[in-house]
Amino acid sequence: MGWLGKTLLMAGLGLSLWGCGQSASEQQTKLVLTGSSTVAPLANELGKKFEAQNPGVRVDVQTGGSSRGFADASQGLNDLGMVSRDLTDDEKAEFQDWAIAKDGIAIIVHQDNPLTTLSDNEVTAIYLDKTNDWQALGGDTGQITVVNKAEGRSTLELFLKYFDLENGEIQADVVIGDNQQGIKTVAGNPQAIAYVSIGAAEQEIAQGTPIKLLAMDGVEATTENIKNGTFPLSRTLNLVSQGAPNPLAQQFIQFAQSPEAYAVVEAQSFVPLDSQKAKAKDLAPQS
Amino acid sequence: MHLNPDLILLWLVRGLGTISAILVLLILLFLFKEAFPVLREVGIGAFFFDAVWQPTKGKFNLLPMILGTLWTTLGAMILATPLGILSAIFCQFYAPDFLAKLYRRLLELLAGIPSVVYGFWGLLVLVPMINRIQPPGASVLAGILILTLMILPTIALIADASFAKVPTSYLTGSQALGISQWGMVWGVAVPAAKSGLMTAGILATGRALGETMAVLMVCGNVVKTPTGLFDPVRTLTANIALEMAYALGDHRSALFVSGLMLMVVVIGLIAVAEWVVAEGKNYG
Repeated sequence: MGWLGKTLLMAGLGLSLWGCGQSASEQQTKLVLTGSSTVAPLANELGKKFEAQNPGVRVDVQTGGSSRGFADASQGLNDLGMVSRDLTDDEKAEFQDWAIAKDGIAIIVHQDNPLTTLSDNEVTAIYLDKTNDWQALGGDTGQITVVNKAEGRSTLELFLKYFDLENGEIQADVVIGDNQQGIKTVAGNPQAIAYVSIGAAEQEIAQGTPIKLLAMDGVEATTENIKNGTFPLSRTLNLVSQGAPNPLAQQFIQFAQSPEAYAVVEAQSFVPLDSQKAKAKDLAPQS
Repeated sequence: MHLNPDLILLWLVRGLGTISAILVLLILLFLFKEAFPVLREVGIGAFFFDAVWQPTKGKFNLLPMILGTLWTTLGAMILATPLGILSAIFCQFYAPDFLAKLYRRLLELLAGIPSVVYGFWGLLVLVPMINRIQPPGASVLAGILILTLMILPTIALIADASFAKVPTSYLTGSQALGISQWGMVWGVAVPAAKSGLMTAGILATGRALGETMAVLMVCGNVVKTPTGLFDPVRTLTANIALEMAYALGDHRSALFVSGLMLMVVVIGLIAVAEWVVAEGKNYG
């Protein structure tokens, strides 16, 4: 072994010693979040911002499904659990929960499509290929291009659960990855139908992309309707803990619910629960 | 202290060579390691004989995607090889000098366009166009056309370079014998440039097999063995890119098997190409 090997060895030893020193000197520098893979990317981004604001703190995000979020929280294996749905009454009795964002998905079609709303049954029929032509729904003649999401995506899960479908039953013509690809596919195909996060679709429409959001059973697909809870195809993204969370976790919850976090939430195509911002808007005309 | 520069160079080259070799082996090892859990659990057969690809439900049939990869690549090669070689011949033997130069620059530009740009163009222009002929538009055909565009410059540029390397004496000699221009190109230049043309083919096939973003955007990605040019298809690469971000456990592991399959296809391809070149040398 030459000088290079020795240097590397020394550096390695130094690093490991430094690592030991770190964990021994401060106890609360690491925040562990486990659970839903839907919440994880958001928690990760929030974590980065939180780390930047609190030097020395490290936020560790691990996925494994909402059920892991609960299980780890009750065994004390995490500081906060991540759960991508509303809690049941039993769960509410056992855990404390904090909503950090809402996720809503809506059906989109091309701007030239004359339809403005579809019922749940109609959507189900389209995705099972029982309805195969827009004419049957009162639109122009044309074979429907069914756009579905790739396996493992949270939007797919929510869609399947709401319409009570199995992914294997869906007769898709196109399978997409992220929301952007779905929006581009629909924008380029007047016969296509897809479902994407409402936040992403609204941003694209604002930029002039030729798509439109369909109302579901008459309820307009808007971020407003997700906030006030009237839009059916939505869910709350929560952080949970059993008993009171530790101070660092409390600090993180406060940060995740603060207006500072809204931009991060919107960048992830979720809807922020900006009750304060909404209030400010209501007050504005009176002043 | 005496240092022999040759010796330094020798060990430097040996060292760097070893690093490249080790990198390839490490990648293979990593693929195996990540793929191993699911291979041990369900066996390799599941990836060919399961009914469908539903990794979250423990069904792992990769066959439609292996076929998808092979079909799109094969289609693109069938279109791009003659186009590429003929444009190289045009450039080298027929075009006036200024035109040949301009043409080469254009091909280089085509080769330099990032794949995601091809993908966007395909999604916004090509797919809607095919959709008007037969919905849904995102199809094997779209994939083949995009891949053809992407590998065409690779083939044309390498073929052009290998034609340029054909010794002038061969060409002047054949002209002296009174062979027609085409006879010279086909009978002398093409056989003389054969190994370069093979290299062009191998590199282009490799690029077509490994292309991910553009194919993912235009192919439709439905996991079903396509029965025609207008059916949507999912390739092995698109499968990994689509599902990796949210995959856990066996699902994730199965995606590494996709990667392994892709490696197997590529290794098989290189072996066949080596064999063809070796055969050519025996009889050529």
